[in-house]
Amino acid sequence: MPKNAEDAIVKMEKVNKWFDDFQAICDVDLTIFEGERIVICGPSGSGKSTLIRCLNGLEQHQSGTITVHGTELTGKDSAVRQVRENVGMVFQQFNLFPHLTVLENCTLAPISNGKLDENAAHEKAMEYLERVQIPEQADKLPGQLSGGQQQRVAIARALCMEPKLMLFDEPTSALDPEMIKEVLDTMVSLAEDGMSMICVTHELNFAKSVAHRIIFMDNGRIVEDQPPDDFFERPKSARAKLFLDQILSH
Amino acid sequence: MADLLIEIFGKPQGIIIFQLLSACRFTIYLSLIAFLGGGAVAGMVTLLRISQIPPLQRLATSYIWMFQSVPLLMLLFLIGLGVPRLFDINVNPWTAATVALILFTSAYLAEVWRGAIESVARGQWEASFALNIRYSLLLRRVILPQAIKFGIAPTVGFMVQIIKGTSLAYIIGFNDLMLAGKRWANAPVLGSEPFVVFPLMAVMYFCICYPLAIFARKLEAKSLTGS
Repeated sequence: MPKNAEDAIVKMEKVNKWFDDFQAICDVDLTIFEGERIVICGPSGSGKSTLIRCLNGLEQHQSGTITVHGTELTGKDSAVRQVRENVGMVFQQFNLFPHLTVLENCTLAPISNGKLDENAAHEKAMEYLERVQIPEQADKLPGQLSGGQQQRVAIARALCMEPKLMLFDEPTSALDPEMIKEVLDTMVSLAEDGMSMICVTHELNFAKSVAHRIIFMDNGRIVEDQPPDDFFERPKSARAKLFLDQILSH
Repeated sequence: MADLLIEIFGKPQGIIIFQLLSACRFTIYLSLIAFLGGGAVAGMVTLLRISQIPPLQRLATSYIWMFQSVPLLMLLFLIGLGVPRLFDINVNPWTAATVALILFTSAYLAEVWRGAIESVARGQWEASFALNIRYSLLLRRVILPQAIKFGIAPTVGFMVQIIKGTSLAYIIGFNDLMLAGKRWANAPVLGSEPFVVFPLMAVMYFCICYPLAIFARKLEAKSLTGS
């Protein structure tokens, strides 16, 4: 694993974020290197989602600095756009555009941003739809697909922007159990290709097999930041122990 | 056509019906102008209202509140009677009625359309932001096509309100169905009593509004089934 500061794809320093009186993120310091795969877990309301939403400017932090792929998120529009060029995001609720076909979902952004012309965008979209193994669904509307298929389309849509970093915000939490595997398999294959990933998830087996580091959050703070083996076998904090006991006891 | 009506209904009812029907034209014209003009203004106000720029938002909100909070009748008086006196100019009833109805219509439609846009799931905006889709394209390709589903039924429904609203314009001398009927009802002519003329007018308003109301209900049912 590279450890030079220049290789950091994400650098957070003393980041704080409030929603009115509620502090969602407290003094978070976090450095993530290119090619690293991070899983963030923790109880609900611990700030996991808010943390990754700060990384592409969907939430604005109020103090501290966040630098993503060399661009500091200052709150300026240009900085946010620059960061979003390099960061793909997959949401819990898929957030596909329901009135556009699968293919149009994938080509809208690359064409709109002038990145690709229509033909090139189609080609690229088909390439990534094949990658997530649903090229045959290209002309359907999202509503005609299963949840798992929709989430794979969402992954393909994000990949069409050729991101350097992928954010996953509980990508399997809204899925029926039998569809979780197909989405996780897609994410594993992405990981095998060396994509930098930050993933908020409760899928601990996925975390064990794919993550380089597990970050455990509670009350807006990073409580643990360890390789998976250490985290699962020897959690340092009582809070993480309790969390693991509750999750693994079933 | 006048002769035919007189033949069927006799005098003066045939003449009354003919004149009322002719006056319907102006009710429809005024309604269309109010709807199209009001719609155009409402579109701009809606864009300001949902913009991320606070002063523009406040401007749009003030506009909506101001014209939603005063009666249409008062707007008509102000523009048709107040403004001419204040500036010592002539404002013809067409202009006054058009301006008043456009102000009234645009404020209501802007509010309806804002609601429709806000009914689109928050995640659609977030996904578009995350994909760096330009704001204009985001609205045109992602948000508006979905918002139309929520907005079209109340918009068509509101057209009925506009048509009925145009009847108030008679008060500043606008020559529509209402004024034509009112004249006949006041005329000392046997067979043009209020109990004859007003029901006739009611039937005509009904015939204009009812198809729209039905259409609005159909659209509403359709949008509820999600198609």
